[in-house]
This record gives sequence, C-alpha cells and structure tokens, in this order.
Amino acid sequence: MHSTGYIIRFTIVMTVIVAFVLALMVSGLKPIHTENEEVYNKKGILSAVAEQLGKDINTMSNKEVQEVFSSQIEQKVVNSKGEELTPDQIKAATDGAADKAEDLDLSKESKKPEGEKLLPVYTFKGKDNKMYNILYVRGKGLWDEIWGYITLDSDWNTIAGEAFDHKGETPGLGAEIKENKAWYTQFTGKKLYDQSGAYKSVAVVKGGVKIPDHQVDAISGATITGNGVDEMLERGLKYYEAYIQKNKKSVQEVKQ
Amino acid sequence: MAEVQDLIKKEPSAFSFGKSERKLITDPINDNNPVTVQILGVCSALAVTTLLTKAIVMGIAVTLVTAFSNMFTAMLRDYIPKSIRMIVQLVIIAFLVTVVELALKAVNYPIWKELSVFIGLIITNCILMGRLEAFAMSNNPWRSFLDGIGNGLGYSAILIIVAAVRELFGKGSLLGFKIIGPSAEYVLNTNSISWLNWYTPNNLVILSPAAMFLVAIIIWLQRAKNRKLIDIS
Repeated sequence: MHSTGYIIRFTIVMTVIVAFVLALMVSGLKPIHTENEEVYNKKGILSAVAEQLGKDINTMSNKEVQEVFSSQIEQKVVNSKGEELTPDQIKAATDGAADKAEDLDLSKESKKPEGEKLLPVYTFKGKDNKMYNILYVRGKGLWDEIWGYITLDSDWNTIAGEAFDHKGETPGLGAEIKENKAWYTQFTGKKLYDQSGAYKSVAVVKGGVKIPDHQVDAISGATITGNGVDEMLERGLKYYEAYIQKNKKSVQEVKQ
Repeated sequence: MAEVQDLIKKEPSAFSFGKSERKLITDPINDNNPVTVQILGVCSALAVTTLLTKAIVMGIAVTLVTAFSNMFTAMLRDYIPKSIRMIVQLVIIAFLVTVVELALKAVNYPIWKELSVFIGLIITNCILMGRLEAFAMSNNPWRSFLDGIGNGLGYSAILIIVAAVRELFGKGSLLGFKIIGPSAEYVLNTNSISWLNWYTPNNLVILSPAAMFLVAIIIWLQRAKNRKLIDIS
C-alpha cells in the first residue's frame, strides 16, 4: 500500500512528463499541421475547378497545390454591396485576423448579418486564358454545417464546376454531396439567372427535374441535406448578387 | 511455491519469443478476438468501416496504442499506486492517443479529417482498458507489448473484413480502386457487361446497421468453424 504522499508525488511527476512531451510534440509539428490544413483548404477550392485544372486533383502533391494556387488563382474579398475590399478594410472588418480571402474564418463570416459579411471570390485562370469565378456558400445539413464552392463561367451565369463539403453528414446518404461525383456534377451547366435575368438559383428537387436549367435531382434518403444544399445555394449566391450584376454588366460592355 | 514465483518473475524479462508468446499474438486474432468473442470496441467497428483505407488506418492506430499502453503500464505496474491505477491507465492511453492523432495529422491530413473524432475516441475503446487491467497489470512489459499487438491485430482484422465488404458492395471499389459499378471508370462496367447489368452498388451497405449485420455474420461463421467458442460469451 502506497502512502498519500507517494500518490501525490506520482501524479505530479506523471502529469508533468505527459504534459511536457505533448506540448513539445504539438509545437514541433505545428508548421506541418498548418501547411497541411492550408493545402487541404486550397484543394477544396481547387476541386471546384477540377475539370479545368488539366490534372487529377487527388494525386497532386502539396507543392503542386500551392503552386497552382499562387500562379492561377487570384483572390478577392467583396461585401454584399458588390464592393471589393482592400487588405486594410478586410483587416478592420476581421479585427486583424485576415487580410486576404484564404485567411477568412468562413464559419464566423456566415454568422454575421448580411451587410457585414465578407465574401471570398477566387478567380481561376484556366489554360485557355478563360476566367472562372469561384464563389463560396455555406449552410446547414442534417447534422452540422455544409459548405461549397461554386464556379461560375465567365458569363457570370452558368455553373462550370462545384465542390461541396460537410462536417458530419451520414456516410452513404448526406455525405454523398461530397462523395458522389454523378450527383454533384449535375450542377455543371445549370444557370443562376433565367432568360429575363431574374435570380432563380438552382433547386434540389425530388421526383425528376422539370426545369433543366434550374433544377437538379435530390439524393434519395438524404432529404434534409438536399434541402440544405438547396437553401444554401439560394441564399448564399444571393449575397453575391450585386457583385455578379456589376461584373455581368462589364462583360456585356466588353462584348458590345 | 515461493521459488516458482521467483522463477516466473526472473525468467520472462528476456525478449524471448516462444510458444506462449506466439499464442499471445494469435489468440486474440481468433479464439479470443476482442470484437467477435469479447464483443468490445463494436462502436468504432461500425463507424469507421465505410472505406477500407479508414479501417486500416484505424486498425494501425489502435494496434499502436494497445501495444504501447500495455507496455508502459506493465513497466510501471510496480510503481502505480493501486488506488489510482485506473486514472493512471487512462492518462497513459490518452497520452498515446494524442501522440497518434498528432502524428496522423502531420502524415495524412485528409484521413485525419475523415476519421476525426474516432481517433480521439480510441481513448474510450473498451479493448484498451480491458487489456491493461486484465493483462498488463500482472505481466512483464515484453509479454504485455505482444498481447497489445495481438489484440490490436484482432480488432483490425474484423475492421478490415467488414470494411472490405462494405466498400466493395456499397461503393464498388477497394482502397479507392474502382472495381465494379455502372460507368466506364470501373474495371467491371456493369453497363457494358451484359450478364452483370442487374448489379447496382447497394447503398444500404454503407449505412451503419449493415456493419452490425456483418459483425453478426462474422461471429456466426467463426462459431460455426470454431465450436469451442460456443457458449463462452
């Protein structure tokens, strides 16, 4: 039988050793963890232009991802009035936490009221010098948050690519929004605005698509996640409305 | 009697690998499997077996943690005060799980992201605590280490079998290689091979209840082959 003094000494020594080793490990691996996280997030953005990349995104190394991101992506932050923000303005709006789009805490931004939201815009320059615009949306699935990157073609209307992700949707059901390529590629080619120019978004519907330009088929068994995607797109892309209209106008002026 | 105990205490400290040591590894894989015989660790067996890669990584993580927590506990077994032994064991397990999690986060971030909470939840895996209490507290470090490896492998074996079935029949792939499915990307394209055109990947297999059925089927088959397991649990 050990004395109380021994027990206390044993506990203290054990705790100190464990805490020291773990602290050492956490700080030692920090740079690698940060880089991994950065590459993971960048891959998430790039997978919205997976078709235009010209190589398989899953086999790209960390270095390649960083390279493509720095050479072919241009990032901006806009507000819901469609104005582009300067790095100083972004800093002021995030209390110094970020000065460019990739550093934004997107979960925090999604909770701000509409007027104060900072919205990231990534412009991807394809091999054919065509510009693709990647917009960000965030909403709620069945269990937790879902989010996605939607790529608009240079006409600012047609969807050219998309990538969804989620925090904890059910594997095989809700998680299919990320996993099932046949499902999410349905969005490619859909349009945000109808012929008259009114905002329509893209709806997730059950029982067959009736308006081919603005609807995709839902996943059976994942009704709530599907509704979440529907709502997320409708609301999330609307925040960009002013910015999209501004760019659409300039595209048309160039054409004329 | 005292002599015999002295003998036991002195002799096994060497890193011998005889019949009884081999049994420490093979026993938990079949006759004393932690999942199918002791019915421990079933929760994670249901949760991380949708993809084979996930199951393998989880298996490696659990094997490492059982082996080293067993070893450390056995090394410290004479110094651990009996009244707080559970807490000490838990600290050892939690420490190792955190180490494994930090390492995995550095080595393969996407897998870490996918396994997310389940790596952390190894701490609550009953297999670990069970082995520490039942084995490591009364055996030397080397034998405890082997026992940990054996139990980890027994757990991994079940996970891998369940995951292989679920990934193959649910997604038509194994380790991400597309094997059978309705498009040209797969080796067996069910659209172009006429005698296979009835086949579609079964989404039900991906859902957790399917893993429950699979574990039950494994238990049944194992007992049908290994009669002495009947009625022991």
